[in-house]
Amino acid sequence: MSQLKNFTKGLLVSNPVLVLLLGMCPTLGVTTSAINGMGMGLATTFVLVASNVAISLVKDLIPDKVRIPSFIVIIASFVTIVDLIMAGYAPALHAQLGLFIPLIVVNCIVLGRAEAFASKNGVFSSMIDGLGMGIGFTFALMMLGSIRELLGSGAVFGFKLIAGDAILVFVLAPGAFIALGYLIALINKLRKV
Amino acid sequence: MEYIIIVISAIFVNNIIFAQFLGICPFLGVSNKLSTSVGMGGAVVFVMTLATIVTYLVYQFILLPLGLGFLQTISYILVIAALVQMVEIILKKVSPAMYQALGIFLPLITTNCAVLGVAILVIQKKLNLMESVVFAVATSIGFTLALVIFAGIREHLDLMGVPKGMRGIPIALVVAGLLSLAFMGFAGLV
Repeated sequence: MSQLKNFTKGLLVSNPVLVLLLGMCPTLGVTTSAINGMGMGLATTFVLVASNVAISLVKDLIPDKVRIPSFIVIIASFVTIVDLIMAGYAPALHAQLGLFIPLIVVNCIVLGRAEAFASKNGVFSSMIDGLGMGIGFTFALMMLGSIRELLGSGAVFGFKLIAGDAILVFVLAPGAFIALGYLIALINKLRKV
Repeated sequence: MEYIIIVISAIFVNNIIFAQFLGICPFLGVSNKLSTSVGMGGAVVFVMTLATIVTYLVYQFILLPLGLGFLQTISYILVIAALVQMVEIILKKVSPAMYQALGIFLPLITTNCAVLGVAILVIQKKLNLMESVVFAVATSIGFTLALVIFAGIREHLDLMGVPKGMRGIPIALVVAGLLSLAFMGFAGLV
């Protein structure tokens, strides 16, 4: 039961992007289309799960004083792995996401979960927590990506839904801020804060 | 002439916040008051310039000759973290007044993706050392400019009757979107 709770809390109740407002840079930067958002989300999910597992395994070996630098090195290693794998097997997506792949290192979600959860809990719980948070992040990015792609080019995942002209500004930089602003406002409204 | 183009494009056309989406966390986090945003901007100018120089040298003289280019991400983040720590210690000893002004922002900068982003960008763009320094200074000035404008607007925003659900971050994001739209007007400059 508690494992289920570990998993679902990242999806909605404390969704890293929509509720906790973490990891804003990739959220805004890569969501020009639904597929980019999904790619970024999955890459981050992998890093989250892998680093959560690794950190919960070595948490007793790391002295308290150097734990943050150690966590960062572990996270950076997994980011490098993802970076190289994506460059090899999905070069088009890798080129689209560009700078934001190495920048997963400084994504506050990853370090945040390492510090707040993995350094205190067991391996399995940490893995579930990373998975839940990662899927929540992917979900938020995909949603924002779909909204921007639909408004900006009339398509979702590349499928044309609306014929004719679209509001181009939504796939450009300003659209990212505005779309995310209204999305968070909507979530706030639904959560009744 | 080349340097002028780099400066204008980094400050206005490709503004790091409004066009490249780097450093959004501190941008949203410390832009509540004008005074703190100036302090944060100053700290970023300082650290970003220094970090870019050091990481550039690390890349050119350690990683490349040894064929360790794939260690870029790991080594950069360590160099930046160590550098920020060092700057903090030195500043505390040498100039307590400056430490008072910038001190609290320094730890935050380690996780500022703009610093790591610029360090990686100068390598990707294949700039030389002098161009990298100019680029880093100009980018961080662009960051400060965006932060200060935004903080000025947010101070006024607090007094406005914003609908309940839009208060705080949502309205701030919409304002940032409008500012970004305004910055798009510079696109023809370069």
